[in-house]
Order: sequence, then structure tokens, then C-alpha cells
Amino acid sequence: MLSKRLIACLDVRDGKLAKSVRFVDTRDIGDPVEKAREYYADGLDELVFYDITASSEKRNIMLDVVEKVAEQVFIPLSVGGGVRSVADATDLRLAGAEKINVNSAAVVRPELISECAEAIGDQNIVLSMDIRRVERSDQFPSGYEIVINGGRTPMGIDALNWACKGEKLGAGELVVNSIDADGTRNGYELTLTAMLAEAVRIPVIASGGAGKPDHLYDVLTTGRADAALVASMVHYGDYTVSELKKQLHDRGVKMRMSW
Amino acid sequence: MAVIIDYDAGNLRSVQRACAEVGLEAEITADPRRVSEAERVIFPGVGAAGSAMKSLCSTGMDVALKEVITSGRPVLGICLGLQISLDHSEESDQNTLGLIPGKVLRFRLDNPELKIPHMGWNEVRVVQSHPLLEGIEAGDEFYFVHGYFPQPQDRSNVYAVTDYESEFASAVGRKNYFATQFHPEKSGRVGLRLLASFKNWDGGC
Repeated sequence: MLSKRLIACLDVRDGKLAKSVRFVDTRDIGDPVEKAREYYADGLDELVFYDITASSEKRNIMLDVVEKVAEQVFIPLSVGGGVRSVADATDLRLAGAEKINVNSAAVVRPELISECAEAIGDQNIVLSMDIRRVERSDQFPSGYEIVINGGRTPMGIDALNWACKGEKLGAGELVVNSIDADGTRNGYELTLTAMLAEAVRIPVIASGGAGKPDHLYDVLTTGRADAALVASMVHYGDYTVSELKKQLHDRGVKMRMSW
Repeated sequence: MAVIIDYDAGNLRSVQRACAEVGLEAEITADPRRVSEAERVIFPGVGAAGSAMKSLCSTGMDVALKEVITSGRPVLGICLGLQISLDHSEESDQNTLGLIPGKVLRFRLDNPELKIPHMGWNEVRVVQSHPLLEGIEAGDEFYFVHGYFPQPQDRSNVYAVTDYESEFASAVGRKNYFATQFHPEKSGRVGLRLLASFKNWDGGC
């Protein structure tokens, strides 16, 4: 039986680790390569790097980070943040990323998904969606809207429609990131995650809001997610990767327990 | 020294890096002559069977690969490398290399909760011992990403199985050819162990 995955997300700015809280304030919390090694040794199932570097001149720093991590960490490595073209995706792949996350640029120009899928394979394209809760309406039948630019720009697109469209265009996986829950540590957005997981056939990664082991349990069961993404929970030493996995395993969630 | 066959079928550097980690130097090459001369060969790949076959055949790599296999030198297939070593793939209705009798079928799952592709970590159960599977214990999991699965005709070619609604062959082999549906290069310690065993394998079973 397939295991549920525990994924750690590392936000990287100018080559340093940062943790976003509701996407706005970020602060540096260390060396991404060192953290990646630590989590790998502790049984992490997959790593995501999100490049939040503001200036495009500093983008090569990220390629360096990816390259260093790929030399030492032998689990799937996913990278996103600022991917706007097939060339961006290919550069990251060559540096050692398995999967490429597309987000804002795909909302603006959806063909980016199919172009990347064609170039590097469906299964390697992850459509990352930032989503906020809105009033249910004709425009937003699901009651959720897609936002971009780290949550600042609402796009007038229904989240459920966008998820289905992304799957049709060739995305191999979805990240469902609730910007309402992100950084709150009050738990994932279960209703949203379950709704999208039921609507698509591709795997769904829940993101935003994890603060306690219970939250992971909830989203991997009630929330129907295939994987749970954590950040601050593990970055600040409140929990370790292996401890989270063990707790989930003890409660009957299928996890990879030997590494 | 090993060579990794480059035929536009995915990210080969992760395979190369994992080999380096276990002390196996591996050169990535698209040159069939380098493959013919190689001491041992890794045949990786992600992507679609149709375009992969086209690329292999147009460069003469298919012939080189068969030569190496006939000569008895160790060859390791990974993922798509495994799939196109059978006779036929349902993916783009493609005839493939025919190194092992059998076919590749698309997952057709009854349980709507099971996702396609089969993506993530899953248990690999050894059903027939093999030098490359040495040290793999019950409960060890490997990383998979695939929407099609191999179905060898003859059970004697199946070395490990994995469950995804039903059971499929996750490692196959015949003489000096061995192949995994999972990605040893992305499977942490257990995957590296398999690559280390490949480094020392003489091609016998």
C-alpha cells in the first residue's frame, strides 16, 4: 500500500532559509542545505524548496542551493517560486530538482503547465495553488478563489475550476495552499483540501496551517490529502520529522517507517 | 566505471549523483559506442514509451544496449528503462525492446481514492532472491512515479512485487539484466544500497 508522504517546505531567499508567516513578514532561519540533510537523515519523504528571492539577478543562488542539496539528499526534491518558462524549469531540473512547481505564472498563462509537462514529463509538474476563502457566488461556485503574488493579488478564478483545468493541462500533482490558514498553526483547511482531492485524480499535497500533529492526521484522513506539507512546525525544532511520522503511524496512517 | 544511457528521457544527473554517493563513477552518454564498450550500464528513463523508443532506435542505442546484454555485462534498468525492456507497452501502443517477455499496462483502478500516477513510497516485497536485492528487508519502501506497470509473462522474471490495488512486478530480471519500476536514486538509504550492490554485481544471479 502506498504511504502518505510528509513533505517539508523550505522557503529560500537569497540562498538562506526563511519562513513566511501569512506570506508577508519573512525572517532568515538558517542554511537550507544543512536543514535538508537533517530532515533527510530523520526520514523525510520529500523536500520542497520555494525560492522567494525578490530580484531576478540572484536567481542563480537558488540553482546552487538545489545542486548542493541534490548531491547529498536522495529523496524527491521539488522546487518552485518564480518559474515562468520551460527554460526556468529545465535549469532547475539540471541543477537536481525532480519536480518543478509552477504557481503565479501558470495562472497568468496556463499553457505554461502543458509546455513544462511536454518538456519534462507530466509527473514532474506540480501545480501549486494559493487559495483564499470567498463568498460562494456564480463566479466562485466552490467558495474559494485563486490568488497570486504571495496572496496579494486575487485573480477572480474559482479554485475548483482551476484545479481541474490544471489537471487537464498536464499537472502531475497539486499543492493546495490555503492562505487563510498559512502561518496560523491552527490546522489545514480541511474542507478545501478534501473538495479538491475528490475532484482530481492526481495526488494532492495539503499546505498551510500545520501546527500540531493532529492537524497532519486530520488532513491525511478527513482532508483526503496524499501528502502533508510542513514548515515552521519542524524548522523551529518544535517537532522532528521522525516524531511526526511515528505519531501518524501509531494512529493508523500508513507512513514509511524505515529509512 | 559505468555509463548511464542518455536518450532524452529524463533527469539523469540524479542517477549519476546517487551512483557517486556509493562510489560508482558513471558517465552520462548518448553515444552508442560508449555503451557498447562499457563495463556496466544503467538504463534509466522517465517519460513516454513512444518517444523513448523513437529516440533509442534513431541513434542505434537499441542495438548497442542489446549487444551489452548479450555479452553478459551487468545492466540496470530504472522505471521507463524497465518498461521498454518488455515486448509491448500500452502507452502509445508501442512495441518495445523485448529483452524480457511481457507487456506494460495502464493502471485501471476500481478504487476512486487511489491516484494515478502511482506516486510516492511503497513497499517492495522480494519474491525471489537476487544479488541486487540483498539486504532489503520486509517493510522497506522505495519511491515510485508511474502511470503504467510491467506485467512479465513468466513469473521466473519477477524478483519483487508491490501492491497498488492489486499486485504488480516492481523488480524484474533475466540473467545479467535487472530492472526496477521504482527509483533507487530517490529512495534514500535502501535505494543507495541497491546501487552499491549493482556496483559490485558480476551479472550472475
